[in-house]
This record gives sequence, structure tokens and C-alpha cells, in this order.
Amino acid sequence: MQLFLSQVINGVGNGVVFATVALALVLIFRTTRVLNFAQGEMALFSAYISWKLTTFDLPVWVAIGISMAIAFVAGAVIERTLIRPMEGHSPLNVVIITLGLFLGLNALVQLIFGTDPQSMPSPFPKGSVSFIADTRVQKVTIGLMVVLLVECAALWLLLNRTTLGLKLRAVASNPDSARLHGIRAGSMLMFGWAISAAIGALAGSLVASERAALDASLMQVVLVYALAAAALGGFDSIWGAVVSGLVVGVADALTIQYVDALDGIEVVLPLGLILVVLVVMPNGLFGKRTVERV
Amino acid sequence: MASDRSGAAVEPAVAGEAPATVARVRPSPWPEVPRPVRVARIVIGVVLAVAALYAPLYFEPDVNRLLSQAIYIAIAAMGLNLLTGFNGQVSIGHGAFFGVGAFTSAILIVDHGWTFEATIPVSAALTGVLGLLVGIPALRVRGLYLALVTLGLAVLFPRITQKYVDGTGGVPLLRPSRREFASLIEGLDDDQWAYYLCLAIMALLFVLAWNLVRGRVGRAMIAVRDQELAATTVGVNLAATKVGTFAVSAAYAGVAGSLSVMVDKLADGTNPILYFQRSIEFLVAMVIGGTATILGPAVGALVLVLLRRNTQDLIEGKEILAPALFGAALIVIVFVLPEGLVGGVRRLLLRLGQRTSARGRAPTAP
Repeated sequence: MQLFLSQVINGVGNGVVFATVALALVLIFRTTRVLNFAQGEMALFSAYISWKLTTFDLPVWVAIGISMAIAFVAGAVIERTLIRPMEGHSPLNVVIITLGLFLGLNALVQLIFGTDPQSMPSPFPKGSVSFIADTRVQKVTIGLMVVLLVECAALWLLLNRTTLGLKLRAVASNPDSARLHGIRAGSMLMFGWAISAAIGALAGSLVASERAALDASLMQVVLVYALAAAALGGFDSIWGAVVSGLVVGVADALTIQYVDALDGIEVVLPLGLILVVLVVMPNGLFGKRTVERV
Repeated sequence: MASDRSGAAVEPAVAGEAPATVARVRPSPWPEVPRPVRVARIVIGVVLAVAALYAPLYFEPDVNRLLSQAIYIAIAAMGLNLLTGFNGQVSIGHGAFFGVGAFTSAILIVDHGWTFEATIPVSAALTGVLGLLVGIPALRVRGLYLALVTLGLAVLFPRITQKYVDGTGGVPLLRPSRREFASLIEGLDDDQWAYYLCLAIMALLFVLAWNLVRGRVGRAMIAVRDQELAATTVGVNLAATKVGTFAVSAAYAGVAGSLSVMVDKLADGTNPILYFQRSIEFLVAMVIGGTATILGPAVGALVLVLLRRNTQDLIEGKEILAPALFGAALIVIVFVLPEGLVGGVRRLLLRLGQRTSARGRAPTAP
């Protein structure tokens, strides 16, 4: 029982990480309808910026804040210069561009920051607090959880309770109609990329601080799990991404502990989850149904 | 909601794939092929064929190997093109089918003493069945979601080889000996033989694909891509078309995988993201060559291989930079030629000699 509980807690710890990255994916998808394969590498780049700033003796939170600001601008620039010109062409072209970014950014990170693994200081206090039945919870996990909840609440408020959020959603669901209503679709798309890049920067920095080593492969496995979480949550739902992130994390931890047959291929689990969910509920657990017209 | 983008990407049937002769029998569903395009097609076809046949006699073995690599990438990209370009199903998992093909051949040769040539049909059949199995759940998902599911395949595959394939030293790496791929024709060196075998198989598969997309099946595939619901109302069997295309497409990737064993002399499962990278290669070859064209995958594969090689040579000592340059080159190509090289050339020809150009050109999606 204790083993089970501590595995669940472990899973939650990982799940929070998956959820933060999934959140960035969902955000960009909700606001721009693009699945950004470079999201992980953009986050990686930002994580390195945070790390570099901490080596100048900046406090960790300040470093992460600056890195988020840089990512915000960079996200807007990427949208304006690389994604926007593809408007009206096949969506495959955007996929190619994000894949190009994926390759390019990963290489740039290694070039600029070197290939040696680094260690990023954690913004959360060390140690653990006791939890039911003699299990202990890392303070980091609690910290991540708090950040995640704040992030979610802020995004939800932004999207559902502000005019800006309404405009963002309008552009996402139909850019042409939105334009007819006087919304500047271009600015909204740019803002969508900017804000999701900033969220990604936060996620990347937190992942880097939670893991033992920061290197160029940091985000690749995380991205697969985050994609699983996003798909499970229906890609459209902010809370869905968070809940699914946790589900994926816990399921992963339990599989590693209890299912020997999957030893070494645990990644089957998130993929299996994606498949099952998509086949049974194509809109995900939290997605909305859509009506299709010819 | 998710299907908004992918669903709305309605592009009319790509112009000019069918020969004009069809028009004699009954009104052709295809736009008439303008004369400059027809002439250019013949000229380009002859030049390319002669160049392709003469190349291995002219170049050094390492260049021949490079060209052979371009050929197997072209075959896989053509498979992907059938699925994505003509049928509208995006896959980032073709690297996995490619890998299955490669390991099927390698295992049959190394462990069971088969001759290489005999393993190709086995790979094709196996990956075809696998494609069928993947295609069935893919019926429920579309666009980006499908990209996700298939992405999973590519990520999963190396791990499966790590678990189940036991090469030398417990590593999932199989190296059939050179003798297995010795030339079967007197007077041809091994590298030339490999090239010609690849080329012959590519020619066969490309003609097959060309015939496929021009016929009834092809029209069904394109109809499903452009307007799924409308296609079903006019009697297209949606499930059969989609699953069938998936299977054929996977088999193409499988054959390409088999050929890669002959060209590279190995099947490798040690790099966890190798087959994901392969998937990207196929996608890239297809898009820079020209989506939903017949020559596109071949042109794209050649450009891709040359680009990769040259970006590697360009910056000696700084190999890390190669993927960055490669990524940048990709972005540039998509920018300059959003319709791919073949699409761009076609558009140019149309503009040169065509007054009724509105018919042949694809309007942009709304």
C-alpha cells in the first residue's frame, strides 16, 4: 500500500511536468489551430536561457521571468516571420516549418550552450513533507502543483473572462468571420504564439530544475507524454490538459512499478492511451463535440 | 474542431496528372493538360531517365550510395504521398514502417539465411498488414490527431527493437555481410547493382502509384481528401479507401526499409529518435518535391540527400550545426516554393504558355 501510494505521488510529480507542457500545446492549439512540434525545443531553449541567467547569480524566479519575457517576444516573432506567410497554403507547410524549427533549435541549443549536461537550480525549497500512511511528498511536487494551478486559473480567466480571450477564441474558430467583426486576426495569432511560448518557457525551466540534468534531449520524451496528455484532454480544454497530464503521469509510474512486460517500453502506455481515447472518444475526455458540414 | 484546419484544406484535384488521352473517351475529370506542360513533361522525363540510368556508371561508389539512399527515401516518400498528398491522412509514423521493413530483411538474412531479394516481398506484405492494422483505428482520427498517433509509432519502434532484437553485443543493430548483396549481373559493381535494383523497384512502384491515382481508386482517394462527407454520399467506400491507402502506403515504406538494408548494410535500432527522423525525412522529401505529384517525392528525396550531405561538408568540425542548417534550409524551401519544386515548375510552365490558366491552377483554400 505504501509502495503504491509513493508510486502514485511519484507519478503526480511527473504528471505535473507533463501537464505544464501539455498546457502550452493546448494553448497554442486553442488560439491558432496549429500543432507546434517545436514547442518542446522552444521550451528547451528557454530553459537554457533561464539556466544561463542563474549562472549570473540572478535569483531563479527572476531568471525564469526574464526567460518567459524573451520567449514571449520570440514566440510573436516566430509567428509573424515564419508561420504567417504560410497562411492560405497547405497546413502541411506549417508542419514542415515547425519540424524545421525543431531540428534547428535543438542544434542551436547545443551550439550556443554546449553539449555538457548542466544542472538548473530549483526555484522550490528542498526536502519533503509527510503525507498519509508514512509516505512523503517532495516539496518540489507541491510547488509545481501550485504553479500549475495558478497558471491554469490565469489562462482560463484570460480565455473565458476577458475580451482579449474572446477575440483569441473567435480568431481560432474562424479567422474570416472574426476579421469581419473588426478583430485583428493577425495580432491575435501572434499573441497566441507569444503567450504559449512564454508558458512553454516556464514549463521548460521547471522541467529542467526538476530533472537531474539539463541537456538537449530534455524535452523530447516529455513532449511525447505531453502530447498524450493533450490528446487525452481533448486538445481544447485547459483543465483537460492538466487532469490528463496527471493521469498519464500516474499511469506511467504504476506501469513501471507493476507491469514487468513493459519494462523498457513504458512509452507504449501514453501511446496506447492516446489510441484508446481517440478511438473511443475522438474529442478527448474534455473536448467538445463538433458538427460537421459539407 | 480539430478537423477545422485539416478538413478545410480543400484543394481541388491536382491538375495535370492524367494524360490527355482520357478525354477522348469521355469528359475527363481532370483539367486538360496544357501543351507546354505536356512537352516539358516528355522532355524532363527523357532527360531524367537517361541521367538516372547513366549516373552510376559515371559516379564514384560513395556517390552511388548517396543516390541509392535518395531512391529508397523517394519510395517511402511516395508511399507517404499516396497517403498524405492524395488521401489527406497525415502520418509521422512512416519511419516505423520503414524500420519494420529494414529489420524484416536484416533478420531474415542474418538469422535465417535468406537471400536479400527474396525478403523484399515479405517486408512489403508484413508492413502492408501492419498498415492495415494501424489504418483501422486511424479511421476515427483525422488531421493533427492522426499525426500524433502515428508520431507515437515512430517513437515506439526503436524501443521495441531494443527489447526484442538481439544483435551483436545485445544491441539492436544488425549488419548483414557485404556478400549478401553481391552483384547478380556480370560487369556491374556491387554499388552499381544496388543502385539499379533500387531504381528498378522505384520505377515499378512509381508507375504503380501513377496508375493508382489516375484511376477509379485514385479519384476516390482524392474525393475523400477533399470532401469526406460528400465523397460518401456519392458512394465512395470511406473505410475501404482510407484503410487500403494506409496499407499500400505502409508497404511502400516497408520496401524502402528493405532496400535501405542493401544500401547501408545495416538495420539500426540503437538511436531512439532515428525512425522519427526518418519520418520527418519522408515528409520533407514529399513537401519540398511537391505534395500530390508523381515526380515530387523523387525530386524531393534527391534534394534532401544532397542538402544533408552538403550541409555536413560545409562546416567541418561543427557537425552540431548540420541539423540547424538543414532545418533552416527546409524553412527556406517551404517559403520560396510553397507548392514544392514540381508544383513550382508546373506553375511556371502554366504561366508561360497558358492563357486559360485559371482552370489548371489550384485556388488557395479559404
